[in-house]
Amino acid sequence: MPPSSTLAPAAAPRPPRLPSPRGPLGEAVVTALDADPEGLSGSPEALGRATREDRLLTLWTLQELHRGGFAGVEDDAEDAPGVVALRRRLEQELEARLRGRWLSRAEPTESAQSAQSAQSAEPLGPAGPPPGAEPGTWAAEAIDGLVAADDGPSLARFVQRRATRAQALELLRLRSLYHLQESDPVAWLVPRLPVVAKAALVELQYDEYGAGDPARLHHHLFARGLEACGVDAAYAAHVDEAPVEILEQVTTVTMLGARRRLRGAALGHLAAFEATSCVPSRRMAQGLRRLGLPEEIGDYYREHVLADAVHEQLASRVICGALLEAEPQLADDVLFGAWTCLDLEARFAGRLLDRWAAS
Amino acid sequence: MSAEPPPEPSAPHVVPCPGGPLLLRGVSSVRDADGVEHPARRPVVALCRCRRTSEAPWCDGTHRLLAHAQAPTGHRAP
Ligand code: FES
Ligand SMILES: [Fe+2]
Ligand SMILES: [Fe+2]
Repeated sequence: MPPSSTLAPAAAPRPPRLPSPRGPLGEAVVTALDADPEGLSGSPEALGRATREDRLLTLWTLQELHRGGFAGVEDDAEDAPGVVALRRRLEQELEARLRGRWLSRAEPTESAQSAQSAQSAEPLGPAGPPPGAEPGTWAAEAIDGLVAADDGPSLARFVQRRATRAQALELLRLRSLYHLQESDPVAWLVPRLPVVAKAALVELQYDEYGAGDPARLHHHLFARGLEACGVDAAYAAHVDEAPVEILEQVTTVTMLGARRRLRGAALGHLAAFEATSCVPSRRMAQGLRRLGLPEEIGDYYREHVLADAVHEQLASRVICGALLEAEPQLADDVLFGAWTCLDLEARFAGRLLDRWAAS
Repeated sequence: MSAEPPPEPSAPHVVPCPGGPLLLRGVSSVRDADGVEHPARRPVVALCRCRRTSEAPWCDGTHRLLAHAQAPTGHRAP
């Protein structure tokens, strides 16, 4: 593969192939998309027999029709009636499951509670900013409280100290479904935000997208890093390897970004994502260097140490703060989104570390 | 019509983050205590205030690892 220090100016996006189905629902949907998207039923008979993995890969496939599409699938498949109806149904299921987890979450531990300010000593959850509280301060403290209470396992720490080269490369392939479209789901939020939050989000996104320099655009940095490692960097090239936890992460972030109703959760998710990036990114960069992997992939993570030290403050204090100033009723959704981000990552990390420990 | 127009929203140039860095918006560089000039490469930069960063003068997130008591400007009520 040629080195790509910049994007080829006229490079047309190369749409991925449809994924290999993981059950009867996926079979039905892939077959319909291939042949006749208009003919897809909004509630295929296979739905009743579909596993969670089958459903999530199908949802991912339907969501991708709105993003880059697939080779061989007509461009207007994205709003075929069956596509829209089935996507809606699968997203409702996903949202209900995520909200169920949020409502039944374990209460934060003592130490995590004490990491919150006296002001936000209210139980997390339905409570929003108390009267008179400055929304940015409240949002930053409440999200920090969730991050401090997060005791999920850390893949970055494992890569830093112990992972083999094969394990690190596997993690990069699995992350690619997220990192190769990083920030795109958040971009869908922009027109749905009140003015101060909108300006603040675009300021953050401008940095994510390279501040005018395509060579610094974050998902392009990741692609360049993969190429340097000899890993296929085409979007969705590794989807068939993605476990259910990865599919849940990526379908969630797309759902949150693309639904006006879920804008609070989307910004909470963004804030937690940014707030758990700096230190893990440094650990990833150190681990990848320990393993002798190319500097280009480390560059992606090193960029995130400094970028996300800024972004984590902007996302919670400035962006979520501005949203809640204008729309205080979204406070619980902001926390729901933040907690969900942490929870989904803990599920993925637990799954992968267990598998690696067993092998 | 007698209602006052709402104040124009504006983004402050300096945002202190209790327990963490100082955000500076729209600066082109930062000069450290030794007089060394560090160009700012993003629209907003975060200056470390906890002195534990390994990317001085920039914040690298290390302040999160400090016990709350050691954080630069505590934000808890005394
Ligand atoms: S203030 Fe963030 S590392 Fe010092
Ligand atoms: Fe990024
Ligand atoms: Fe970021």
